[in-house]
Amino acid sequence: MAGLTKSDFKNPVVNWIDTRLPVFTMLQKEYGVFPTPRNFNYLWNFGALAMVNLVIMIATGIFLAMNYQPNTLLAFDSVQRIMRDVNFGWLIRYVHQNGASMFFIVTYIHIFRGMYYGSYKAPRELLWMLGVVILLIMMATAFMGYVLPWGQMSYWGATVITNLFSAFPWIGPKIVTLLWGGFAVDQPTLNRFFSLHYLLPFVLVGVIFLHIAALHITGSNNPLGIDVKTPQDTLPFHPYYTIKDSVGICVYLIVFAIFVFFFPNMLGDPNNFIPANPLQTPADIVPEWYFLPYYAILRSVPNKLLGVCLMFASILVLLVLPWLDTSRVRSARFRPIYRQLIWLWVLAVVTLGVCGANKPEGIWVVLSRVATLYYFLHFLVILPLLGKIERPLPLPESISRAVTGKGGGPLPTGAAATMEKP
Amino acid sequence: MRALRSLLTAGALAATLLAAPAVTPATAAEGAPEPPEQSWSFNGIFGSYDLAAAQRGLQVYAEVCSNCHSLNLLHYRDLAGIGLTPEQVKAFASQFTVPQGLDDQGNPKDGPATPADKFRAPFPNEKAARAANNGALPPDLSLIVNAREGHANYIYAILNGYADPPAGFKMQDGMNYNKYFPGHQIAMPQPLHDGQVTYTDGTPTNIAQMAHDVVTFLDWAANPEMVERKQMGIRVVLFLVFMTGLTYAVKRKIWSNVH
Repeated sequence: MAGLTKSDFKNPVVNWIDTRLPVFTMLQKEYGVFPTPRNFNYLWNFGALAMVNLVIMIATGIFLAMNYQPNTLLAFDSVQRIMRDVNFGWLIRYVHQNGASMFFIVTYIHIFRGMYYGSYKAPRELLWMLGVVILLIMMATAFMGYVLPWGQMSYWGATVITNLFSAFPWIGPKIVTLLWGGFAVDQPTLNRFFSLHYLLPFVLVGVIFLHIAALHITGSNNPLGIDVKTPQDTLPFHPYYTIKDSVGICVYLIVFAIFVFFFPNMLGDPNNFIPANPLQTPADIVPEWYFLPYYAILRSVPNKLLGVCLMFASILVLLVLPWLDTSRVRSARFRPIYRQLIWLWVLAVVTLGVCGANKPEGIWVVLSRVATLYYFLHFLVILPLLGKIERPLPLPESISRAVTGKGGGPLPTGAAATMEKP
Repeated sequence: MRALRSLLTAGALAATLLAAPAVTPATAAEGAPEPPEQSWSFNGIFGSYDLAAAQRGLQVYAEVCSNCHSLNLLHYRDLAGIGLTPEQVKAFASQFTVPQGLDDQGNPKDGPATPADKFRAPFPNEKAARAANNGALPPDLSLIVNAREGHANYIYAILNGYADPPAGFKMQDGMNYNKYFPGHQIAMPQPLHDGQVTYTDGTPTNIAQMAHDVVTFLDWAANPEMVERKQMGIRVVLFLVFMTGLTYAVKRKIWSNVH
């Protein structure tokens, strides 16, 4: 039914807009009084941090694109022109370059938080799956962005990674030709990667909107992993979590700034300071650090097709994680065995990362195979069985009881948010 | 307290993730010893370029390296960055003859370089460079310090690393033995010799000194923004630390009635 919204805003201009397009009412509901569990720890900052990071990447990326030339003969020098001759070009570019690493650091911690506190479990399965889609789009965007400076590692990384698709029988070579726009990584590849690298972040914005929309339907999980039961369990998002997120953003910006201003090339590869040369393969072709674990999984299998499948499976398995984990207790805090094993899984991922950075010889092959095995064992065998055999600790009655030590302790006026369903 | 522990955990995780690439062995230097650490004026977060050394390094580049190596990403005007006055830049540039478009008859024209010109390259193209160098291509030096594992220490080690091959070491024709080069056989003959250049400031011109100066110059050439970057960084980080303290205090105040 059509009709004007009834707006409570006093300001006549705001009220006039709000009655016709209730964006102010929506913001007030979703970010003002939005009932949020009162017991978040600082790990709950990382979603907001990822959001800030995306905005930084898009803002710097737009200015870089004004000066970048997606042409194989000009790309490398145009990036160096940005570094040397464009006003503050070095700053914009180093923020964008290190911003990619920061984005993955923040996102990986965000994912870990979801796994540790069981945020993927009912009713948040779709929210989690949208997150996995976001990760995949992020990875594609980062990969194509790394190709644009057209250094040696850009070129050879692109060659190796796109070539992976050729492992698929019959359709594989056709996919590779399509990705390249020809029969080798060349001008058409650079052109389409530039185009897609500009497009995908906006696709990301769309999927993130859905991710957040789904979050605001189910409400947030919390470190105890139990449901919000009474208004005493929650606080309004503003000012409690706007200020807590602000603290996290400041600390995040310090880490970011230390990379940008003092160690801008620490996470990069020296080979990418050499212009792309299709006739000379670098001694080692290594992806950026955030892809190393997948790269190690790929190389741990002697069969190329199987390796490629395992690599993709290592991320796709996350999509079905809500159904692989059979335990009904969300938070690892009340799962004595899971609480240990999740760290073993983290260790496996870190080991894979180290293996990915080293040549696949000797001990590194063995290590990467063991770690790959545990990575999949954790998801496919341990989690389904553990839910059946593990005896969880008793869960607290409510969030407020666990936090204050008494049932729904005294609350300051206005601190408890209303519990209407959004 | 619990929140703090979680934050520490997150930090530890981030640190481990960051450590992963750091444990990569210096693959570029495979089969060669690690280049020894040198003390550079540009090391550390407060480091900046020793301008006198960089200017001497420019002289070494101009008189020695530039016979074979280009510096394509640099313009003469950039030399203001190592402390040359506009007059000095003009005078330095004008010693070089560079192409200057077409004359009125449409013929290519040469003339003395101006500060707006790019550094003159020793060879017109890669083929000419290879033909003059026994088939090897002298790399462009604009980013050489960033483009090698070990960075300034490695370039310095190469310049100082020439020696006679150990007994029984088989050398290919036209190659030179270098302790720090991967595989030990480098096409570049030893470029620096004692007393090769004459510094106007009286600094001794032994190989180590000249190598130190030219590496300082080349590090600046690869990172001309470094001094501005670090100085801005110190101000930005100080501001952010202040901002964090302020934000945290406000957070404590707001949350004080909830805990």
